[in-house]
Amino acid sequence: MNNRSPYIVNAPSVSTIMFKVLLALIPGIALYVYAYGFGVLVNIFLASLTVLLTESTILSIRKLPIKPFIFDGSGLVTAWLLALSIPSIAPWWIIVLGTLLCIIFGKHLYGGLGYNLFNPAMVGYAILLISFPAFMTHWQAPIFLIDGHFAWIDQIKIIFNSQLISKETVDAISSATPLDYIKTQLTLDQPLSRIKQDKIFGFFGGQSLEMINFGYLVGGLYLLKEKIVSWHLPVAFLLTLFLIGLIFNIYQPDTFASPLFQIMSGGSILCAFFIITDPVSAPTTPKGKIYFGIAIALLVFIIRIFGGYPEGIAFAVLFMNICVPLIDSLTQPRVFGHKQ
Amino acid sequence: MLMQIKKIFKFNGGVHPDGNKAESTHLPIARLPIPKKLVLPLRQHVGNIAKLKVKIGDHVLKGQMIAEADGNISASIHAPTSGKIIKISEEVVPHPSGLPDFCLTLEPDFKDQWIEKKSIQWKKLDSATLIQTLTHSGIVGLGGAVFPTHMKLKINKTQSINTLVINAAECEPFITCDDMLIRERADEIIQGALITQSILNAKHCMIGIEDNKIEAFQSLTKAAKKTSIEIKVVPTIYPSGDAKRLIYLLMGIEVPKEKRSIDLGIQVFNVATVAAIYRYIELGEPSINRIVTVTGNVKTPQNYEVLFGTPLPELIKNADGKETKIDKFIMGGPMMGFDLPSINVPVTKAMNCVIGSSPELFLPPKPVMPCIRCARCADACPVYLQPQELYWFSKSSQLEKAIDYNLFDCIECGCCTYVCPSNIPLVQFYRYAKSEIIAEEKAKEAANTARERNEFRLSRIEREKKERAERNAQKALGAQEKQATDEKKLAISDAIKRVKKNQQENIKNKNE
Amino acid sequence: MITALLVMILLAILLGLVLGYSAIKFKVDGDPMVARIDAILPQTQCGQCGYPGCKPYATAIAKGEADINQCPPGGDAGAKALAELMGVEFKPLNEEHGIQKPKSVALIDESTCIGCTLCIQACPVDAILGAAKQMHTIISSECTGCELCLPPCPVDCITMEPILESSETWKWKYPIYNIEKIGKV
Repeated sequence: MNNRSPYIVNAPSVSTIMFKVLLALIPGIALYVYAYGFGVLVNIFLASLTVLLTESTILSIRKLPIKPFIFDGSGLVTAWLLALSIPSIAPWWIIVLGTLLCIIFGKHLYGGLGYNLFNPAMVGYAILLISFPAFMTHWQAPIFLIDGHFAWIDQIKIIFNSQLISKETVDAISSATPLDYIKTQLTLDQPLSRIKQDKIFGFFGGQSLEMINFGYLVGGLYLLKEKIVSWHLPVAFLLTLFLIGLIFNIYQPDTFASPLFQIMSGGSILCAFFIITDPVSAPTTPKGKIYFGIAIALLVFIIRIFGGYPEGIAFAVLFMNICVPLIDSLTQPRVFGHKQ
Repeated sequence: MLMQIKKIFKFNGGVHPDGNKAESTHLPIARLPIPKKLVLPLRQHVGNIAKLKVKIGDHVLKGQMIAEADGNISASIHAPTSGKIIKISEEVVPHPSGLPDFCLTLEPDFKDQWIEKKSIQWKKLDSATLIQTLTHSGIVGLGGAVFPTHMKLKINKTQSINTLVINAAECEPFITCDDMLIRERADEIIQGALITQSILNAKHCMIGIEDNKIEAFQSLTKAAKKTSIEIKVVPTIYPSGDAKRLIYLLMGIEVPKEKRSIDLGIQVFNVATVAAIYRYIELGEPSINRIVTVTGNVKTPQNYEVLFGTPLPELIKNADGKETKIDKFIMGGPMMGFDLPSINVPVTKAMNCVIGSSPELFLPPKPVMPCIRCARCADACPVYLQPQELYWFSKSSQLEKAIDYNLFDCIECGCCTYVCPSNIPLVQFYRYAKSEIIAEEKAKEAANTARERNEFRLSRIEREKKERAERNAQKALGAQEKQATDEKKLAISDAIKRVKKNQQENIKNKNE
Repeated sequence: MITALLVMILLAILLGLVLGYSAIKFKVDGDPMVARIDAILPQTQCGQCGYPGCKPYATAIAKGEADINQCPPGGDAGAKALAELMGVEFKPLNEEHGIQKPKSVALIDESTCIGCTLCIQACPVDAILGAAKQMHTIISSECTGCELCLPPCPVDCITMEPILESSETWKWKYPIYNIEKIGKV
């Protein structure tokens, strides 16, 4: 190439961006470990290992250079997000299989980094949820809600071989998620005020869950400050979720939880800052990002309240991923000197 | 005097690369001695190649026109010094293609003898006459666009000029030729601006200057003291020096697509251009030299006043030679410049800066990764384009789509590439797509002419055939008619003969 | 059951109406097909396709008598554009009709020319100037490079000269970087 002006560049590399995203997940993960024990770390470790092995295999099959594409960090981000999305006491093969699905079906079948239509982590998550609903909805209770006999070795035992551990122990350390709990209790005609007296609820979200969400929020703010994510997506998403939650909450406070509960429970914060902000599968125009965030928030709310699943982030994100090319083409910003 | 930024209008995006301007501003502008030969390309401007006015062996004087503007969009070339024309040939010129173009070679006689200089009483002449004289000045936009200046002075009759903007932004890193010119010759610039303002009949005149040029700002303010010229400070942000961006920064006016600023009553000139106008009008000196920044990996980075046609090696030699590390020379700045095809090129009207490049100064390009659609390029684009989409369409040669996404609004400033985490040479793709589209359009035009000519030929053949057929028919008809008259004549003569015979017989009978 | 049926029928009617309405509302009055095909053809008028010019070939394509890949000057790119227009599958250039050559113009060696006017009669775009027993010359800006003037010339004084790149016709090249090489370098 004879000419290549500009001769100077000043940009963080793709790997810098991805590793900053990983860094931003650390506070959330630390609080996760504090509240739920080491299970999640085992999952993250398994996911990372799987991603490195799978990606290098696929890259060598595709005759692509391995080093730059392994160290771009995008695979690790996918793996960590999946590990944080599934129950921390799911058997080991769930996360391994899930990561495989993410990398193969979510990423490389589309052409690898930069070409995937769907958010890879959510592809893996959705397939797992549909295929193994029992494992995927079997959550662990926060440590300090477990009566006395919790040992972190139990977590490891459950993850690697659940037969080694008594059913009683398993029952003792597992619990429903707040979203799930509300959903089942509401079908039993319990008023929300009574339901929320359960010990699994905290100040405004789920017990301990709200703390982890706070950790994600800190990481998210770091990403905003570093300009890794633009404000449009998280703000549009969280604001919409809050507003629609507020409307329904005012309308029928005994059936619909408070807007803050919508935000601080489930995976809302993780979704706002880490999942819908995946640049490859999100819109690129500022307006498009806002519409995308709003639409996902609405879908999440609809699925949570009216749908069959207690949490709807994965499906909402995947559905909106399909609409991204359309959103992008309809929200082109006004070019300098062009009419409105 | 403080440089205060007052009331500016910020455009989208832009970047803040390191200026690297201090290296070449610590020494004053130096004058380069007359070199042993001058190579003058006949095309140093946008538009038609200039028409030769001399032949080999002619002796020319300094400032004598040696090639004349051909048509409106063209500029004349003048002899930068006195001497002899020794060659007319194709030589390598400073152009990214590296292809040769027609050049005149002048051998100086080192007498540096001026042709008679005539200053022009511009205050007494009307604009049209002044513009007419300026067509012979050889002045083109010296900011780098090299568009013939006289064309920019011609005003649309329906739109009077409200504001004349003098562009002193010089936003591109490394380049300091305008900065140094302002510092040392602010008076010429102010005089030139006043002349230009009077030719355009513009109500206001303002100078836009970036806030990193404190000394230049001070000398401009001093020079403009007794005039109505307003000096406006704009923030240091690349590409503030782009004319449309500068107009927006200063006045908040967006020049609409496919319109020129002149349609809105605004015209922009570079500082060096108005200084050249001053020199032509007041001193009678045509455009024969310019200030060139020589910087980068040379021992003494500095600005030089250089005669057009000076071979680049002379210039480099005067900057105390190149450092051993230099692998190539770049013409222009690091954001929009290009690799010179060879060091053996002449200095032209477009050459504002030469950078001695080395792998340490400008790192070799990093490996290219796929686009992750992070849209940093869109955030940096001063035109508010979507570079990631344009890249996609250019890369896959979907040129129609690229046009739909306003490829031709791209000013190739390079901001998108500057911020790309994947190190994609985005601007390269846009340059490729643009020139491909232009070539296709030309091919289409040629095809249309060919179609018309073919259709014309076919209709001509058809017409000729018809005409021939008609002629034949006419001939046949004529023959028939002739035959018919022949028969009649025959009949008549027969009748006459018969009558005569009868008469003779009657006479005979009577006589008998 | 009945409700479901009704819903489906209603939906079908509704969508049908929308479709019908859009068919009327957004009707496109296209150019006649021949003109649109002709617009894609390079207008070289060389006849290599087997038809006596670009328009006859366009007509033949429109009628379905000729294939889209018979135009060597148009090359694969032309065939691709035709395939897109006709809504058929792309076929690479049929080499029976010739191969794509770099664009050239004819040049008459004026010292050899005997002024026979045979080439003038052959030129499809009247790009040759001259008269009987006068030297002929080619208006190179109008020459399409069809080569039709070559065979009739009795003294073989016409040659095809490829158009060289000049600074006016020069194009920026497609940026080349090989992603497969990164990391290995």
